[in-house]
Amino acid sequence: MSQIGSFALLLALVLSAYSFVAGLVAVTRKGPGAERLGETARRAGIATFAMVFLAALVLVIAAFQDDFSIAYIFHHSNRDLPGAYKFATLWSGQEGSLLFWSLLLATYGLVLRLRYKTDSRLFAHASVIIAAVQVFFLLLLNFAAHPFAVMQGLPQDGNGLNPLLQYPEMVIHPPMLYLGYVGFTVPFAFALAALIMRYPGEKWIQITRRWSMVTWGFLTCGVFLGAHWAYSVLGWGGYWGWDPVENASLMPWLTGTAFLHSVMMQEKRGMLKTWNMWLIFATFLLSIFGTFLTRSGVVSSVHAFAQSSIGDWFVGFLAVTFAVCLFFYVKNRPHLRSEHKLESLVSRESSFLFNNLLLLVACFTVLWGTLFPVLSEAVQGSKVTVGPPFFNRVNVPVALLLLLLTAVGPLLAWRKTSIESLKRNFLWPALGAIAIGAALIVVGIRPWKDMTYLYSLMTIMLSALVGFTVISEFIRGGRVIKGHTGQSLFASMVQLAHRNTRRYGGYIVHFGVIVIMIGFAGAAFNQDKEQEMGYGDKMSLGAYTLVCRSYTQEDKPNYSSEWAIIDVFKGGKQIDTLYPERRFYKASQQMATMVANRSTFKEDLYLVYEGLNQDTGRPILKVHLNPLVMWIWVGVWIMIAGTVVALIPNAVPVRVTAPARIQAAPVGAGD
Amino acid sequence: MRNFLQKTAQLTFLIAALFTFLGTDQDVRFQTLGHKVKCICGGCNQVLLECNHVGCSYSDRMRGELASYVERGDSDDLTLQAFVQKYGPTVLIAPTTTGFNRVAWVMPYLVLVLGLTTVVLIARTWKTRPQIIPVGGTGRVSNLELERYREQARKDTEV
Repeated sequence: MSQIGSFALLLALVLSAYSFVAGLVAVTRKGPGAERLGETARRAGIATFAMVFLAALVLVIAAFQDDFSIAYIFHHSNRDLPGAYKFATLWSGQEGSLLFWSLLLATYGLVLRLRYKTDSRLFAHASVIIAAVQVFFLLLLNFAAHPFAVMQGLPQDGNGLNPLLQYPEMVIHPPMLYLGYVGFTVPFAFALAALIMRYPGEKWIQITRRWSMVTWGFLTCGVFLGAHWAYSVLGWGGYWGWDPVENASLMPWLTGTAFLHSVMMQEKRGMLKTWNMWLIFATFLLSIFGTFLTRSGVVSSVHAFAQSSIGDWFVGFLAVTFAVCLFFYVKNRPHLRSEHKLESLVSRESSFLFNNLLLLVACFTVLWGTLFPVLSEAVQGSKVTVGPPFFNRVNVPVALLLLLLTAVGPLLAWRKTSIESLKRNFLWPALGAIAIGAALIVVGIRPWKDMTYLYSLMTIMLSALVGFTVISEFIRGGRVIKGHTGQSLFASMVQLAHRNTRRYGGYIVHFGVIVIMIGFAGAAFNQDKEQEMGYGDKMSLGAYTLVCRSYTQEDKPNYSSEWAIIDVFKGGKQIDTLYPERRFYKASQQMATMVANRSTFKEDLYLVYEGLNQDTGRPILKVHLNPLVMWIWVGVWIMIAGTVVALIPNAVPVRVTAPARIQAAPVGAGD
Repeated sequence: MRNFLQKTAQLTFLIAALFTFLGTDQDVRFQTLGHKVKCICGGCNQVLLECNHVGCSYSDRMRGELASYVERGDSDDLTLQAFVQKYGPTVLIAPTTTGFNRVAWVMPYLVLVLGLTTVVLIARTWKTRPQIIPVGGTGRVSNLELERYREQARKDTEV
């Protein structure tokens, strides 16, 4: 079995190397010979997918067959591991996850190579760049992190999967994240190809628009699935700890978000061509950098299971990629000159400029905070910790400014906006936000007492402002369509969104963002309590009273567990029963918590079984009361829905016959 | 006698209030300092009072140490210094605002200010750059050119 996998990987390397070299020769020469060579390179790229797929399939089959002669399976699986987790073995360790990365890249490459007729020269260039990235990963897989290394002797059972990964979301979180990371290779390849070719116009952006949005959508899912996993599994009551690996996923997301906004300036106005080029380069480089952070061990992280010594490979690859980008940028820079200049600071263009600036400052802060321990060690000789207080203190004000821009941006027109029109459109949303702020102070939020309360109040007010502007945009456009067609307002708004899916899909994404931000704002009011809970013992937190009905132990093939049965009362009435649990995984000899969470829109009642008191034999429970957490997960769904809407092709606008003297007002076009 | 009882009651109340107040103050200090120190249980970067790792052998001990420092009345600086001496500088959850560590805090704001200045300067330069106007007024415009302008107008006005 391992020989088939090893051979498939070696053949994949040869094929991708051929695809790269032959493709490179083909794009630099002219004539029918070059075309034929280019075609062979394209087919070699397709065949690379087949070989990488075969290797991945072999590894999954080996996991299901408990083939512990393969070291990777021995280290990351065991006989009693449930089927879904055996499948997840593919991305649970270093070598497997690199193979999975390579498989996703090969899949993206396959789609690109099958759609080459859209623009065969541009696609041929992009295909060469993707082949180069593929060669790097296959070199790693063949020579530095081989997934089919064999064991000395045949072990009876494996070490098992890391208990932290034995959670349903772990079956989908890494694939989503990797689809995002790897997906940015495609717009990167097209951007670099366009730069190398001095490709005229913005066609490469139009071709990659959907790639970028889909990739961004996957990365968004991946980041928040990771947050949800941390919340549900790590048992510390939070969802984001500013761990270096979390930061690694956030950085390309921030630059990718900046790219999705600023690219509109290039499409609409032919501006920011250099900026966009470097944004997508940076996004790709940060994706690779994130992988480097996860695996190199250069910074300490909770994701220590993925650390190894392959960091040097990544440093080399990052350096070469950056050098190539810089070389072609310097060589072809005149090609990236802007076609238009900014005409007013009060315009859609300038709002995108400031939006990009803030997103990049946030990205820089995350990068700076992640790497500062390394810098500190180099300068002072000792590492320092850069934990949540640093990131929160710097990034929260930046996020608030971004929210303000999210509210104002859609109200600004391209080129120039009059202050009067801004005032007119902004007045009601602003009054609504102020009213919500006042209402929150009346119900008991005291922003002057603590900085976190102030931030929380501002977040909710600015989110309301964004929400009102988004709603007013929908209503304003919907009314115009309603006036022409006589449809209901809701149907008109649906039609409006369908006419310009990208714009209104974007607004839905913004709406999702504010729902998430309101969820984040709830963290200022978190409460927790720890107590030993014997039979019938009570604990109160907020409006809840918890009563320990029982506690027990259980033995299962994969793990043994201790758990408590806790009745939850509110207002003297029992409303639920929760089962916080702690497991001991036999194969890996590791502990894991299974949080019991009662989640509502208002708050989460989050119970952690911390263990038995050795002296009394009674369980110790930690209870968190976390307001508004569910809003975060709902917001993510809204963001995904918005992304899907933005991906739907625009409907052809319905032509309305206008009266002779009045021209029908066009609605909903443009971004 | 009545006066004595009154005085005793007042004193008892004062002592009780003092202890209550002191107790509260100690709790607040414990919470504040516990959020400035991290649990050193192995690279999780968790704040000490939020570390919830099952079987963590460090957090209980460290919390005990923190409680004893606070109870003893050590100042915040002294308490944090004691942790640094025992566990090294990485025990502090965020960089201090002294020496080279100050750079950690300054840089993001510096980048923000520089970025803002650059954006505003670029925008102003673009805005004030004079437009090139052809001498002798506008000549005859070709259909192709007209179409290009229409396309631009379409993009600009979102029509």
